[in-house]
Amino acid sequence: MLQVRDLECRRGDASLFSAMNFELGAGQLMHVKGSNGSGKTSLMRIVCGLFEPAAGVVTWRGENIRELRDEFNRELTYIGHLNGIKDELTAVENLTIYARFAGLGVDEPRIRDALHQMGLKGRADLPSKVLSQGQKRRVALARLLLGGTTLWILDEPFTALDVRAVNLLQTVITKHLGAGGMVMFTTHQDVEISAGAHCHINLDAWAS
Amino acid sequence: MGQLSLFGALRTVVARDITLAMRRRADVFTTLFFFIIAVTLFPLGVGPDPEMLRVIAPGVIWVAALLASMLALGRLFSADYQDGTLEQLLLAPHPLSLLVLGKVLTHWLLTGVPLVLLSPLLGMQLGMDVSAIGLLMLTLLLGTPVLSLLGSVGAALTLGVRGGGVLVSLLVLPLYIPVLIFGAGAVEAQTVSVEFDAYLYLLGAFLAVSIFLAPLAASAALRISVE
Amino acid sequence: MNLLLSFSSPKTFYPLAGKLLPWFAALALVLTAIGLYLGFFVAPSDYKQGESYRIIFVHVAAAWMSMFIYVVMAGWSAVGMIWNTKLSDMMAGALAPTGALFSFIALWTGALWGKPTWGTYWIWDARLTSELILLFLYIGYIALRSAIDDPRRAARASALLAIVGVINVPIIYFSVRWWNTLHQGASVSPTMAPKMAETMLWAMFVMAMAFWMYTIAVVLARVRSEILERERNTAWVAELVLESRK
Repeated sequence: MLQVRDLECRRGDASLFSAMNFELGAGQLMHVKGSNGSGKTSLMRIVCGLFEPAAGVVTWRGENIRELRDEFNRELTYIGHLNGIKDELTAVENLTIYARFAGLGVDEPRIRDALHQMGLKGRADLPSKVLSQGQKRRVALARLLLGGTTLWILDEPFTALDVRAVNLLQTVITKHLGAGGMVMFTTHQDVEISAGAHCHINLDAWAS
Repeated sequence: MGQLSLFGALRTVVARDITLAMRRRADVFTTLFFFIIAVTLFPLGVGPDPEMLRVIAPGVIWVAALLASMLALGRLFSADYQDGTLEQLLLAPHPLSLLVLGKVLTHWLLTGVPLVLLSPLLGMQLGMDVSAIGLLMLTLLLGTPVLSLLGSVGAALTLGVRGGGVLVSLLVLPLYIPVLIFGAGAVEAQTVSVEFDAYLYLLGAFLAVSIFLAPLAASAALRISVE
Repeated sequence: MNLLLSFSSPKTFYPLAGKLLPWFAALALVLTAIGLYLGFFVAPSDYKQGESYRIIFVHVAAAWMSMFIYVVMAGWSAVGMIWNTKLSDMMAGALAPTGALFSFIALWTGALWGKPTWGTYWIWDARLTSELILLFLYIGYIALRSAIDDPRRAARASALLAIVGVINVPIIYFSVRWWNTLHQGASVSPTMAPKMAETMLWAMFVMAMAFWMYTIAVVLARVRSEILERERNTAWVAELVLESRK
């Protein structure tokens, strides 16, 4: 469903990788590996459509994502290095706005339940600025629990999470893959994700 | 699925930004105080002769409104840029121009409209008569949204760039000049009993064109800046 | 079309530009000499303004060029945005300083003409004021481009700014003209468009051509040096350096 053809990524004047091809289908998990600066984040952002590649094309269900725009965005959840939550709003408010934009049709109890599962029960109504880094990350990741999208692109999702949260996230990803979803992620940590066909791509091997 | 209509998406953006602004009320007031102080500087600089002040009043108030509006641009996108909510807006399944329009609309409601409402006080302070003040308010009402719209393009281009605030001024002030000329010009025309309708029509035309084109340009600029 | 496309790669453009450069530079010198001769010596002195009006032919040529260059700059910016070509980005960036220079020359020569003619160095007429605003637009473009570190973002952001600017230039010019007529007093306002002898018009045209040749030469030189910098990590540049050391 997701296909990448002849992709080239340039940062500044250097080419990080070129002539990259891969495919990701339903139920598949792709682990992007590589040392710092090899282009992992750039690759993720190219697949999201945030960054324009120097060459090549990303297609979703056969069509160029640059032409699909909104239709592609509807099936995508991207969680990058930044959490994408407002400090002045509470966790519940942040997720409500996210859910509304994404057209998820979820109500407040469902949002609170998602936050509860991420271990934020007592903190759901505090302004997010009082949360710790790890807690803010969990608010961002709670979006995955609300579901509604097919392709998940996660950049270092396990960072700043404790063991319990890591296990929970692994379970959530496994369930998503089982339901036919797709996940593309990077991480420095060793993670155990049982279901889904795994593939990796190592950007160090791709350096041009 | 509760898919949002275009209007629903616009409403969500506006509601979000208003809520955020209400929790940081100080920002709104600083723009207003700048406006007041800037106008007050002129009599202090050029002398308090009432005749002269009345003549320069429309221009002075317009320039101060322009500068205040421009200073407020720093807040339009930069907070969202820094916490990652801006890139989430780019990835939302709604036309980015619409979301940008929503943000600019809210920005204008919180910075432009207060300037319009405060202008009569400053007009009186500079000795303008009532009909002139009325026309001044109308020109500001038509002109300040254009300032916010044009300014949003400059703000979007300079996201995260060092020297941001001053750089935005450099980019955006030349573009503001036509609005200033016709806004202040309308009021001056009225004081010398010249027909001023054409000025208002032109301001209206600027507004109509920029509501359509500025969000497109700002969206393109945001995509460039978020890369 | 393929020929054009092949010249759009920095690698092929570099030697081509190197060959063309001396010709344009030579043309610029020759035309400048002719233009200056025509303007300063051949054209008759004006019965009203004497000798001092001669600077006008430089002023008008510089003003034309400053506007022309802005449009070309916006054109290259648009090409770069639509077709994503690096070379067009470099062209746009290389034009800006020269455009700003001509803008500045136009203002300065305008002031030199103004002093003996109206008794003042500066006058708020429509053309001079628009020229000043054009200079601000150039400075804004250059400032934006140099403030952004990433070359790709800098090129794209300034391209968008140039395109927005070019749309606004006519609007700004029109507004400033209106503003000028609005504030016309009862007295006749001095204008920058005196009647000209035919030779003077020729001198202006020749100067404009000279400036254009100079612009092309300077842009070619700038783009060449930027190509070397941007492509410093490639094989062909390494070869070039080796060859030049022989």
